[in-house]
Amino acid sequence: MSLCMNMEVAGTLLASSFRGPASMASRLVHQHIVRLPGLLAENWFQSPTNIFAPEGTPAQSIFGLSMFVLAICAAIFLVVAGLLLYTIIRYRHRPSDSDREPPQIYGSNQVELSWTVIPVIIIVVLFLTTTRVIYVTERAHKPKDAVDVIVVGHQFWWEFRYPKLGIVTANELHVPVSDPSHPTPTYLTMTSADTDHSFWVPALAGKMDVIPNKVNTMWIDPLKPGLYLGQCAQYCGVQHAKMLIRVYADTPTQFAAWVAQQKRPAAQDPSAAEGRQVFFHNACVNCHTIQGTSAQGHFGPDLTHLASRSTIASGSVPNTPANIRLFVDNPANFKPGALMPAMHLNDHDLDAVTRYLTSLR
Amino acid sequence: MATQTSVTATAHQAPAGAHGGFFALVTDWVTTVDHKKIGIMYIVYALLFLVIAGVEALLMRIQLAVPNNTFVSPETFNRLFTMHGTTMVFFVGMPILFGFGNYLVPLMIGARDMAFPRLNAFSFWISAFAGFLLYFSYFAGSGLYGAGTAPDVGWFAYAPLTSRVFSPGHSTDYWTLSVLLSGIGSLGTALNIVATTLSMRCKGMKLSRLPLLVWLYLVTSCIAFVAISPLTAAQIMLLIDRYLGGHFFDTQAGGSAVLWMHFFWIFGHPEVYILVLPAFAFANEIIPVFSRKAIFGYPAMVAATVAIGFISLGVWAHHMFTVGMGPGANTFFTLSTMIIAVPTGIKIFNWLATLWGGNIHFATPMMFAIAFLFQFLIAGLTGVMLSASPFDWQLGNSYFVVAHFHYVLVGAILFMIFSAFYYWYPKMTGRMLSEKLGKWHFWLFLIGFHLTFDFMHIPGLLGMPRRVYTYEADRGWAIWNMIVSSGAFLQAIATLLFVYNLVHSYFKGKIAGPDPWDAWTLEWSTSSPPPSYNFAAEPTVESRRPLWDLKHPEDPDTNYE
Amino acid sequence: MSSAVAIPHQPDQEWTQPSRGIVGMVCLIAAESAIFIIFVVAYIYYIGKSLAGPRPSDVLELPILATVCLLSSSITVHFSVHDLRLGKIRRCSAWLAATILLGGIFLADTAIEWYHLIYIDGLTIRTNLFGTTFYSLVGLHASHVIVGLFMLALTLIFSLRGKVTAHHAERLEVLSLYWHFVDAVWVVVFTVVYVLGR
Repeated sequence: MSLCMNMEVAGTLLASSFRGPASMASRLVHQHIVRLPGLLAENWFQSPTNIFAPEGTPAQSIFGLSMFVLAICAAIFLVVAGLLLYTIIRYRHRPSDSDREPPQIYGSNQVELSWTVIPVIIIVVLFLTTTRVIYVTERAHKPKDAVDVIVVGHQFWWEFRYPKLGIVTANELHVPVSDPSHPTPTYLTMTSADTDHSFWVPALAGKMDVIPNKVNTMWIDPLKPGLYLGQCAQYCGVQHAKMLIRVYADTPTQFAAWVAQQKRPAAQDPSAAEGRQVFFHNACVNCHTIQGTSAQGHFGPDLTHLASRSTIASGSVPNTPANIRLFVDNPANFKPGALMPAMHLNDHDLDAVTRYLTSLR
Repeated sequence: MATQTSVTATAHQAPAGAHGGFFALVTDWVTTVDHKKIGIMYIVYALLFLVIAGVEALLMRIQLAVPNNTFVSPETFNRLFTMHGTTMVFFVGMPILFGFGNYLVPLMIGARDMAFPRLNAFSFWISAFAGFLLYFSYFAGSGLYGAGTAPDVGWFAYAPLTSRVFSPGHSTDYWTLSVLLSGIGSLGTALNIVATTLSMRCKGMKLSRLPLLVWLYLVTSCIAFVAISPLTAAQIMLLIDRYLGGHFFDTQAGGSAVLWMHFFWIFGHPEVYILVLPAFAFANEIIPVFSRKAIFGYPAMVAATVAIGFISLGVWAHHMFTVGMGPGANTFFTLSTMIIAVPTGIKIFNWLATLWGGNIHFATPMMFAIAFLFQFLIAGLTGVMLSASPFDWQLGNSYFVVAHFHYVLVGAILFMIFSAFYYWYPKMTGRMLSEKLGKWHFWLFLIGFHLTFDFMHIPGLLGMPRRVYTYEADRGWAIWNMIVSSGAFLQAIATLLFVYNLVHSYFKGKIAGPDPWDAWTLEWSTSSPPPSYNFAAEPTVESRRPLWDLKHPEDPDTNYE
Repeated sequence: MSSAVAIPHQPDQEWTQPSRGIVGMVCLIAAESAIFIIFVVAYIYYIGKSLAGPRPSDVLELPILATVCLLSSSITVHFSVHDLRLGKIRRCSAWLAATILLGGIFLADTAIEWYHLIYIDGLTIRTNLFGTTFYSLVGLHASHVIVGLFMLALTLIFSLRGKVTAHHAERLEVLSLYWHFVDAVWVVVFTVVYVLGR
C-alpha cells in the first residue's frame, strides 16, 4: 500500500517538474507537502532494511553504539551551531554602526587549550565505547550448535554451501532462529569467485566484504523468525544493483524440514521429461549443477531445488513459471548484463524447459 | 581612483587589442607562463568540467528519482558515476584549488611569479590533457573494434574489477592514464607552490607572517607529495598488470585485491584533506575580512593544519572497516580517525572566535562562508559517526556515506570555492560580481543543497547501498530519492545563475578598484587585475596584515605579533 | 575604501631564503620516495606468495660489483660539485666522467642479470608474483639511474664544451642530490630484494 503511494507521489512529482514551476509549487503544497511528514514517517518505519530496526545481536549492539554516538554528535551540534548562530546575529553589522573597526583580538592560549582538551575527552569516551563493540562482535565466542555456511559471491548472485549438511543453494539463505538462552548463530565463511562483493542484511548485522583470494567471516543470529532482506554492498559490476539477499530465519522445525527437503535428490517428474531433454542437450549443464545428474557446472546457481525458492535472478523477481520462461529466453529481460547468455530456444523448448525447472522442488 | 581604473581597463584588454585578433589572444594564453593566467586557465577548465560532471550527476538523479527506473541502462549508469567521481575529484576539485593557489600564493607573498613558471605551465597543460583524455574514452574506449565507452569501474576502481578479464577494451586504460597524468600535473604544481612559498617571499615575509592561506597551501602541497605518489605507483602497477601481464592485483595468481584498496586509500583519504585545506584557506582569509577582525589564534590555526596534515596520513583504512582487517586494525583506525576531529574542531572554534566580537558584513562571499561553517560542522559530525567502525559496518558504502562526503565536498569545499569566487573575482578581472545575482545564487544553491544532501542520509540509514543503478520499490527509499533528485535541479539552476554572473560581470560588472573589500593582505595592494609583474616595487612587510598596518598606522599589528 | 595602496619599499636588510632549486629537488625526492615505498611494500607483501617458481633463492645472486660501483659514484659526484664550486672545471669534468662510468657499469650489470633471468632461468614479469614485483621494483630504480646518467652526461658535454662555470655549482648540486637519492634507494632495494627477500 505504502509503496503504491510512494510511486504515485514520485511519479506526479517527476511529471510536475516538467510543467511550470508555479503550478508545480501549488500542486506540491496542496497535494503533497501537507501529507509529506506522514508519508516520510511511514516510509521510515516500514522499510525492511532500516538499520535502526535490529533483529539480531550484532545489529543490536551496533544500534546501541549508534544511538550513543548520535546523541553525542547531536549535543555537539546543538552547542556549536547554537553558538555560531548567536554570534552571527549578535555581531552582525548594523547600519547604525560607526566606521571604526571592532577591537582586534589575536588569540588566547587558555581558550585554545580548553577547546583542545574538551574534544579529546569526548573522543576518549567514544573510542572506548566503540572498541568494546568491535571486540564483542568480532571476537564473539562460537557456540557448539552454530550453523556453518560458506558464502561465495559471484557476478551477480550468491552461492550458499552448508558443508556439515551437504546442501548447496543460491540467493536465499535459510538459517535457524537463535534463541538467546540456547543460541544457534550462523557463521558465514565468505569469499568471492570473481570481483569484490559485500554481504549486507541490515536488520541482522553490519556488512562484511566478500573478496577473492581472501576469506572473511561474520555471524548472524536472527532473534525472530521471518524474512530479512539485504543486498550486495560493494560495486561488483554491471548488475551490482540486482544482487539481492534474502535470509529466511526458520523455527527449528521449519529449518529441519527445509534441510530434509534440500537433501533429497533432484525431482524426476515424468511429465517434465521433455524439458529435461532440452536442459541436458543445451549449454545449461556447463554452468549449472543438478545433483545426481550429469549437470555439474559451477559457474551459475545450483538448480537442484530451484522450485523451492521463492525468487529467481538473485532475489529480483518472483519465482513463477512465466518469469522463469522469460529469464531462460533472455536474462536481460530482468538483469541486463547478467553473465548467463540468452538461450534463444524456440517456444516449444522454452515451455518444456520451464516445466522441467518448475518441477525441481 | 581614476588612474587605477584606466590601468585596470588596459590590463585586460592589452593582449587582444595590442597584437590584434583572436589568434594572438589564443597564442598569448597558450604560451603564457604567468602564474595569474595559468591560475585563471585552471579555474576556467575546472568550471567546464564542473558543468560536465554536474550534468552526469543530474542524469543519475533522474534515474534514481523513482524505483525500477529505466531512464538509463545499467552500463550507462555505472559509467556516469565513474566519470562523475573521477571528474569531480581530479578535474574539478584539484584544478580549481590549484588555480586559486597559482593565482593567489605569489600575490600574497609579494612575489612576481611562481618559482618555476615553465614547470607551472607544463603542470597545467598535462592536467588539462588528462581531463580531455578521460572524456575521449567516450569515443574510443573500446578501441577500434566497437562503439566508444567510458570507464565503468568506479572512481576507486577496486581490483580485480579493473583486470583485463573483467574490464576488456580500453576504457579502464583511459581512466588509469588520465588519473596518472593528472597526478603528475598535481605533483608539479604542488612542488611549485612549496618552492614558491619557501624561496620567493618578499622581504620581511617570515614564515610566521605568511597569510594563513599560503600556510594551508604549503601544507596541502606537502600532503600531495606523500599522497598522490602512492596513487601514481598503484596506477603504474595496474598498467603493468593490464599491459605486461603482471600479477599485482591478479587474485587468480595469488595477487591481492586488498592491496589495491590500501594503496588507493593511502592516496584517497589524504586527497580529501588536499581538497579541503584550500577551502579552509579561503575561509581563513574571508571570515576575518568580513568580520573586520584579525584571525583568532593564528599559531593554533597553523599548528592545527600541520597536525591535520600528519594525522591524515594515518587514517586511510577507515575506508576499509568492512574489508575484514580484524579488530586490532579496526580499533587503530577508529582512534586515528577520531583524533583528526580535534585539530579540525580547533579550526571551527577559531573561526567562531574570529566572528565573536566582530562586525559581520553579509556580503555574498561571507554568506557562503557562514553556510560553510554550519555545513562543515555537520559533515565533521557525520564523519565522527562513520569513524566508529561498528557504525560503519552498517553505514559504509551506503548512501549515508555518499551524503557525508558530499557534505564535505559540496557543503564545505564547493561553498568555499563559490565564496572565493565572489571574493577574488574583482582582483582577477577588475570587476565586481553582481551581488544581487550572488544572493539568488546563494539562496537557491543553499536550499537545493539541503534538499539533496540532508535527505540523502536517510536512504543510507534505510539500507540503500551506493552505486546501484536502480532499487526495489518495497524498501522505503523512493520518496527520499525523489526529494534528493528535486534538490539536485535547484542546485543546477543556481550554478547556471552563477556561470551567467561570471560571464555577465566580466563585461558589465561594477569596476572594483584595487581593494574593494578593504582587506589586509598583499594581493589587494596592487591594481585589479594586477599587471603581469604583480608589484611595481617589491613590497616589504612587517606583520601578517601589511595593509592593516598601512591603514591603521596608529595601531599596527606589529605591536601584537 | 578603494584608495590605491602601495607597500613602501624599505631599506635593505638581511633577507635570505632557501634556494628554489634545492627546495624543488627535495620535494621531488619526497614524492619519488613515496612511489618507491609503495613498490617496496608491494614487494615485501608478496615475498613467498608466488604460486609457482622460480623463487628468489633459486635465481638471484648478490650484485656486489654493481652495488660497489653505484655507491662509489655518490662519492665521485660529490667531488665534482666540490671542484666546480672551487672553479676547477677540468677536475669537475673528470669526476663527472667517473660518475657516469660507475653508473654505466651498474646498468650493464643489471642488464646482464636480467638477460640471465629471462633467457636462462625463464623468469619474466608474467611468470609469477616474484617476477612481477622484482622487475617492477628493480626496473623502476634502473629507470631512475638512466635518467640520472642522461642528466650527468648532458652536464659533462656542457662542461667539456666549456659552458659550465662555477656559477652553475648550485645546479650541479641539485643534480647530485638526485643522484644521492638514487643511490639511497638502491640501498633499500638491495636490502629488500637481495637480502631479506632471498
